[in-house]
Amino acid sequence: MTTRRKGILGTAVGAVVLFVLSVLYVFYFTIQPPRVQAAADASGSTQLTLQTVGALGPDYEHPAWVSYLVENAKGEWIHSTEIELPANTLVHVTILQYDSATGLRNPFFARPQGTIGGVIDVDGKEVNIVDPQAPAHTFAVPELGVFVPLPGVAGDASNTCSAAPCTLDQAHHTVTFSFRTRGPGRYRFQCFVPCAAGYYAGNGGPMQRYGYMGGYLDVV
Amino acid sequence: MSSDKQSQPERHRDLLWFLLIWVVASAVLTPLYIIFVPLPANGNSNDATGQHLDNGVLDAVAIPAVLLVVCFLAYAMVRFRQTGPEIEEGPRVYGHRGLQNVWIVVTSVLVTGLFAFGTWRILAPGAAGSGQGANPLSPASTKGGVSPLPVQVIGQQWQFTYRYPTYGGLETPRLVLPYGRVIEFHVTSLDVIHSFWAYELGVKADANPGVDNVAYVTPTRPGGFDVRCAELCGIWHGYMFARGRVVTRPAFERWIAQQKRFFEPVTHYLPPYSDSYLPPPLRRGG
Repeated sequence: MTTRRKGILGTAVGAVVLFVLSVLYVFYFTIQPPRVQAAADASGSTQLTLQTVGALGPDYEHPAWVSYLVENAKGEWIHSTEIELPANTLVHVTILQYDSATGLRNPFFARPQGTIGGVIDVDGKEVNIVDPQAPAHTFAVPELGVFVPLPGVAGDASNTCSAAPCTLDQAHHTVTFSFRTRGPGRYRFQCFVPCAAGYYAGNGGPMQRYGYMGGYLDVV
Repeated sequence: MSSDKQSQPERHRDLLWFLLIWVVASAVLTPLYIIFVPLPANGNSNDATGQHLDNGVLDAVAIPAVLLVVCFLAYAMVRFRQTGPEIEEGPRVYGHRGLQNVWIVVTSVLVTGLFAFGTWRILAPGAAGSGQGANPLSPASTKGGVSPLPVQVIGQQWQFTYRYPTYGGLETPRLVLPYGRVIEFHVTSLDVIHSFWAYELGVKADANPGVDNVAYVTPTRPGGFDVRCAELCGIWHGYMFARGRVVTRPAFERWIAQQKRFFEPVTHYLPPYSDSYLPPPLRRGG
């Protein structure tokens, strides 16, 4: 084989490898977490149950990352932030918050907004404000005007959760509230606490990756 | 037909035809473009109206310049197309001092004219809606001694919030403005670089952490407007948008009162109003 042919062959092989790698790279970012349908209840409203964990644990791609998990109709915890909700419906949300506090970068988000009555229940107590240093995360759907702070468990709490899914006997706060969906659409939700440990300003890693501290409410 | 075989009258005829085509195309397409191609909204604010004028002037100069090139190429390809089977060697090309001088003069006048026009517009009171940094060179002119209404725009991943320092430092996630009054935006960020873009109002100012970027606008009619982040700021940048409203003065005062009532529980947790905020990295946020 001449030098020129070797050069052409090498260039062609390199181009093919580069193309395949590019396709795989793009494909990697198009992988969506499974969509989980929230459960409808007898009153015509919908029940959505989430948990927020401080670390997913060894069974996941990023064991040390924080994340939301969502409960499906069978009561199984699914690592996903792709949630299906019915349109123009009252949604009752329960969030089991297992992570410790980081605190809000903007204390403004300590005021629950967009919920029915502008309040939330934290461990059975109705509140319209939490200490801005207390949240571990928030559940926020900006397009719907929903901003809910989720207080963190005490740093010295016993029996803390270290791997998802966490269980009710582990240290947590239970936050409940209701909000109403609008028409069909894809509404993003996110956390407003800089909770990504070890990343710039706490806003890298799981804060910048779909499926962890942000996702979509698919309203249908 | 090659040009070296052309007679002087033929050359003049080609030149006249080309100029006629160019002038007609410019006269027809320039106003059509300015009228029908969406430019930034007109009439919602002094800045939006000014930008409409600016874009109209730029288009009125740029479109004939583009058409000059396009028409020349099209005329040459049609008029001087090689028709025979053989490819002829092109004629020698000589410089034309007169044409060169005209070209240099015309393009110099256009470029320096646009430079002067742009400079005049950016130095006009309010600086055409752009962010001017912490010490504006061109503050907005106020009428009747009414001071501008300061509104702070706070960017954070991924939401703008707004503070009204003359209303007790109220912070809200919604932007509502009274029309007919000069608004003095103070744009900053809590984390990365964002850009506050109130499209229909013609305001665009970068939101940098630790920086107070001042921009002015005077809304001139009630209605809604889009607010977008115009600086790629992370995964949800594309969702960092909202609708703002321009309302009458009484409606604005009612809205402020309602917002103050709702956000009263959080007001005392907010930091004192400041030109910018640099929240320390918190426990796990380092």
